[in-house]
Amino acid sequence: MRANCWLGKGTVDVLDVPEPRILNNHDAIIRITRTAICGSDLHLFNGFIPTMKKGDILGHEFMGEVVEVGREVKNLAVGDRVVVPFPIACGQCNACHDGAYSVCENSNPNAGLAEKILGHAPAGIFGYSHMLGGYPGGQAEYARVPFADVGPVKVPAGMDDEQVLFLSDILPTGYMGAEMCDISPGDVVAVWGAGPVGQFAIASAFLLGAERVIAIDRLPYRLQMAQEKSGAEPVNYAESDVREELLELTGGRGPDACIDAVGLEAHHSSPPAYAYDRAKQMTHLESDRPFALRQAIRNCRNGGTVSVIGVYGGFVDKFPMGSLMNRSLTLRAGQCHVQRYTKPLLERIQAGQLDPSFVITHRMGLDDAPSAFETFLNKEDECVKVVLTP
Amino acid sequence: MSTRLPHDDGQSRRSDSVERPGDSERRDLGERLSQGLSDQGAQRLGQQDGLGQDARSDPDGRFAQDRSADHDVPGGRSSPSGRRGQASRPGRPGAEFLRTALGWFSLGLGATEISAPRSLARTLGVHDSATNRSVLRLFGVREVAAGVVVFVSRRPERALWGRVAGDVLDLSALGLALSRYRFHPRSATRLSVATAAVVGCTVLDVIAARKQAAMTEAERRTAGSRHPAHATARATIRRSPAELYEAWHDFERLPRFMYHLDSVRVVDGHSHWKAKGPAGTRVEWDAEVVEDRPDSLIAWRSVNGSQIDNAGCVRFVPAPGDRGTEVHISLDYNAPGGPAAVAVAKLLGEEPGQQIADDLRRFKQLMEVGEIVRSEGSPAGARASNQLHQRPAQPLG
Ligand SMILES: NC(=O)c1ccc[n+]([C@@H]2O[C@H](COP(=O)([O-])OP(=O)(O)OC[C@H]3O[C@@H](n4cnc5c(N)ncnc54)[C@H](O)[C@@H]3O)[C@@H](O)[C@H]2O)c1
Ligand SMILES: [Zn+2]
Ligand SMILES: [Zn+2]
Repeated sequence: MRANCWLGKGTVDVLDVPEPRILNNHDAIIRITRTAICGSDLHLFNGFIPTMKKGDILGHEFMGEVVEVGREVKNLAVGDRVVVPFPIACGQCNACHDGAYSVCENSNPNAGLAEKILGHAPAGIFGYSHMLGGYPGGQAEYARVPFADVGPVKVPAGMDDEQVLFLSDILPTGYMGAEMCDISPGDVVAVWGAGPVGQFAIASAFLLGAERVIAIDRLPYRLQMAQEKSGAEPVNYAESDVREELLELTGGRGPDACIDAVGLEAHHSSPPAYAYDRAKQMTHLESDRPFALRQAIRNCRNGGTVSVIGVYGGFVDKFPMGSLMNRSLTLRAGQCHVQRYTKPLLERIQAGQLDPSFVITHRMGLDDAPSAFETFLNKEDECVKVVLTP
Repeated sequence: MSTRLPHDDGQSRRSDSVERPGDSERRDLGERLSQGLSDQGAQRLGQQDGLGQDARSDPDGRFAQDRSADHDVPGGRSSPSGRRGQASRPGRPGAEFLRTALGWFSLGLGATEISAPRSLARTLGVHDSATNRSVLRLFGVREVAAGVVVFVSRRPERALWGRVAGDVLDLSALGLALSRYRFHPRSATRLSVATAAVVGCTVLDVIAARKQAAMTEAERRTAGSRHPAHATARATIRRSPAELYEAWHDFERLPRFMYHLDSVRVVDGHSHWKAKGPAGTRVEWDAEVVEDRPDSLIAWRSVNGSQIDNAGCVRFVPAPGDRGTEVHISLDYNAPGGPAAVAVAKLLGEEPGQQIADDLRRFKQLMEVGEIVRSEGSPAGARASNQLHQRPAQPLG
């Protein structure tokens, strides 16, 4: 089959690889009908996530049709259409029982590796490094899906792929980012990053009752999308001073909650500040560039909440701990516990409260994956989200 | 040369004085073991703290290490009774360290005396004459011999007393030189310093010899010459203690998740174990259950004459708040092949600590999801050695 493989920092290519087969009794094999490229894939592409190996199949946002099931699979049958959550979760351990699926205790066979780097191990994730399991991803024609009874969501007849594809990751992720803010009526929420994840965080903050949402980015077309599709107030950090703008927009209080939907590859509008972290990153003195996170913490109102859904891989420098501590902030974070949100969000989509397909700007074939990565990485051609069809 | 001391080791673990959940249970086991338990198994404990200083019941001393670690077994932390046992044997913990340190000192000094008598003579402040040089060389040979003997002797305390005699010889030579050089203040000062140093050495040699003499045969055998490994692992499993106890008690099925085991056969009370040892070696042993508390604890150990001495214990403690059961495993064994094999095994990721952690991960998977979870990068499932040699995340083909 054809699959988009990571071949090293900055290189992916679509190669012929063997077709997956059942390895565990709880597996299902899925013929992929739609798959997407995520901002998280860019961190892999740019070499910021350790323990990648040449030949790894990328992709953790995919859906398709069940073509084979393992002996123990009870909820799925051949022919079912499903969307697959990106974290692999067993449904049986204490973490899964608590709904913390992205830290499932059983789905990561390389937990020992992750423990060395992270202290304790998170769940396995499709196509997302060996420390997170060494599972092939879904930018391919077929994929093996472990714990098929736990993750995959059946797609009701009549809904098309593009309406539900993002239940695999970015819609629940944006939603969880907003949910972690414990929004109460009257709250103003600021969202750093107006990428696909940021777009859904903004939409979800409104769904959860935010009075106003401020979108911060430097790409006018993305800010415009946030404004037009969800009603956010844009702040372009390349053109204006974020702190000034936030103070102005909140009467000097600062936003009640701040969401970091940028992650470890943040840009900075000030060249010296950017150069500082970039240099440290290149010399491995820090692995992540936390501009957005620093700014979110410093600008959040006293006693407010900072919700981190942008991905970080290792260590950050100049973390404003004093600001966090002295001003009684709450910091929350996580890879999305997708399985927790798929049902309620599917219902919202069905009820017409939400149409996630608005973020799609590019539709391409699987074989175009390498150029799609470039387009998405460089934000060319007003790219927000690329969907691939195998 | 190892300076790893079982008792020092124990001490550092023992410094942990906070009472933890399960401590009383561990103490319980420790005490029962030290009270002589009941049977010959306990007899063979030999060196068990509080059980007695003599190793008569453990003639070849092969169990001394396992046992002294044994009351640590559940959870790897010692019980207060162990601490008491330690305190009742003053002075001995340092014996091995002192012995090896002195041995190395002798080798170093002897080598200098042989290879650089000239500069040594100058340092001592005696004439750099041919006679003095050959005397120094002779002393060097004696020193090296004394050092070697300390390491290889089966009765190190005798070797150490031999050193004391050598020290006396050194001192008389220095005394002679002192009287000859007493009108050369520079030389006299240097010689006095050297004399003071040798007096210091003599004192240490005497202490070491006395400490060694106080060490039992068994202790000596297990110190240094064998390389006991101690490994612990723990995990919380969302199943009842009874289910987990039952699954573990089915010894013949342990190889399902203990990958280094080839097979376990249970034949009237005893079990026969075949395993892959470190670095491709194969080992077999017979084991017996020494403690069996339904739904809470299983402790086993290899019987006399086994190729590999080992003892293990698994405890099942209800986790707070309906989270299932905390499983604590502890293993002690003398690795076949000694320290080199352990070092090689560590490089290959097969170190006992990792092995047992992987075993427990797989046990948890079996108990919670019913199978061992595999990925294309790690098709065998959780296994430390594979983590370093991942397949690419592509279907196996
Ligand atoms: N927690 C999760 O489960 C989860 C799931 C999916 C994605 N993510 C992460 O979310 C983040 C965003 O993903 P995406 O798909 O939207 O990626 P993306 O690259 O399309 O979007 C990132 C956006 O952040 C903007 N940005 C960069 N620096 C900024 C700064 N200093 N201030 C404000 N905005 C800045 C960029 O211009 C871009 O529009 C990534 O880190 C991704 O890994 C997390
Ligand atoms: Zn993603
Ligand atoms: Zn789980």
